[in-house]
Amino acid sequence: MIVAERKPFEEIKNMIKEYPKVLTVGCGTCVAVCLAGGEKEVGILNSELKMARKLDNNPIELGAVTLERQCDMEFLDELEDTIGKYDALLSMACGAGIQFLAERYPEIPVLPAVNTTFIGVNKDVGWYEERCRGCGDCVLDRTAGICPVTMCAKGLFNGPCGGTNQGNCEISNDQPCAWFMIYERLEKQGRLENITSIFPPADWRNQIPRTVIQPGYKERQKA
Amino acid sequence: MNSGSNLEKILEAGHFAFTGELGPPRGADVEAVRKKAAYLKGNVDSVNITDNQTAMVRMSSWAASLIVIQEGLEPNYQMVCRDRNRLAMQADILGAYAHGIRNILCLSGDHQQFGDHPQSKGVFDIDSIQLIGMVKKMCDEGKFLGGADIDTPPKMFVGAAANPFADPFEWRVYRLAKKIAAGTDFIQTQCIYNMEKMRKWVKQANDMGLTEKVYILAGITPMKSIGMARYMKKNVPGMDVPDEIIKRLQGVEKKKVADEGIKMACEQIEEFKEMKGVAGVHLMAIEWEHKVPEIAERAKVLPRPQVD
Repeated sequence: MIVAERKPFEEIKNMIKEYPKVLTVGCGTCVAVCLAGGEKEVGILNSELKMARKLDNNPIELGAVTLERQCDMEFLDELEDTIGKYDALLSMACGAGIQFLAERYPEIPVLPAVNTTFIGVNKDVGWYEERCRGCGDCVLDRTAGICPVTMCAKGLFNGPCGGTNQGNCEISNDQPCAWFMIYERLEKQGRLENITSIFPPADWRNQIPRTVIQPGYKERQKA
Repeated sequence: MNSGSNLEKILEAGHFAFTGELGPPRGADVEAVRKKAAYLKGNVDSVNITDNQTAMVRMSSWAASLIVIQEGLEPNYQMVCRDRNRLAMQADILGAYAHGIRNILCLSGDHQQFGDHPQSKGVFDIDSIQLIGMVKKMCDEGKFLGGADIDTPPKMFVGAAANPFADPFEWRVYRLAKKIAAGTDFIQTQCIYNMEKMRKWVKQANDMGLTEKVYILAGITPMKSIGMARYMKKNVPGMDVPDEIIKRLQGVEKKKVADEGIKMACEQIEEFKEMKGVAGVHLMAIEWEHKVPEIAERAKVLPRPQVD
């Protein structure tokens, strides 16, 4: 899932200080699972903002809505009749959702209430770790299911570098060395030959905005 | 490939090579480079010019290399993957060759988090093994990484680093093999303190036939103090400092610790001169360049051979 964190409260407060009527828009998918921008978080943020603005003698009228997915036009359409009442939209979705919301309603300022951090996993409730950078050219078949682009601090394709420190990365003893883990797992699987040959320089495909069009879509367009 | 490198000539002629290291200044002080170079001139076959070492901004490696050439020394131009993408690297390699640089050492580079700009974006467009392959392609095939022809290709004696002491130990010799397959001509190792492990690693390399394909220069850094030994043991990732080393330094009078460090380095060099599979020594006398003449003298590696 996409993991996000709420921005510092002061930053959010400052962002909307000129707007008397704001609609806070949550998202019911990834950011709800990682407890950053779902229905519950919308409610908490709104009550904090309401109280702070009251103390500042700058009262605010806040609306709250949580869409199923902000990265889907179908759900964004649901806001059509309500947004006219507001001066700004405060989105708690990931960066994709925020942008899609802004694209759908270009006449109204859309502001981010979260920082989108990474594509990651749920280690426990409230504990998330990054696992994928979306490089667009997956090599996990060769690297024992451990991503060198994401999990190696230098993104090396032919590691481990000389900084491996008793199985840890040179940047920190709390960070396991990805290539050490790749080696260990491949060795156990008897697949070390996967990494004896040289990985050629990567074809970085994430340097421009990317589009995926599936064959089925093309067929439908033709018809 | 004959790059015209002095280091290459020395190694090809079968001499025991002796290389040094020079860290560029944290500023534009040309005299600082000249001063360090003066200690090294005539005492080493080639001198590594570090590239933003420990991720701290310094005078660029190619620029300090040019000053070193003016001083009559041969630079070994270090290039790390941290600060440049493949376009910038290839451009710098062409420029370096155009100005007479004939050796290049291909490195990953310390992570930017260690240095004075931890906020910076680490580039790592390619890694050190891919960099070796890229330089090789430029030199041998006369082609850029992207495939286009280079009108006047560079000629470089290509080096890489190896750390026999970082784990997993069993994999280190295979990583050396990958660097050789990528096209490296010579290897300089991490500073060696654990001789037992080094002997084992060299033996593995001999057994795999790797030392017939590459020149291995053993990395030596004399200990200046007990504090330095402790620091390296504790704080430098991938560094293996056995307790005996620290104990031996503790066993001498305080005034004699640095001397003991040099003595230990000389003993190592003597062993490497005789070790099958080791073609020379790379002396990294960190911020101790003025001691290089003395160390070279005591290690009995002078005078340096002249090969035309």
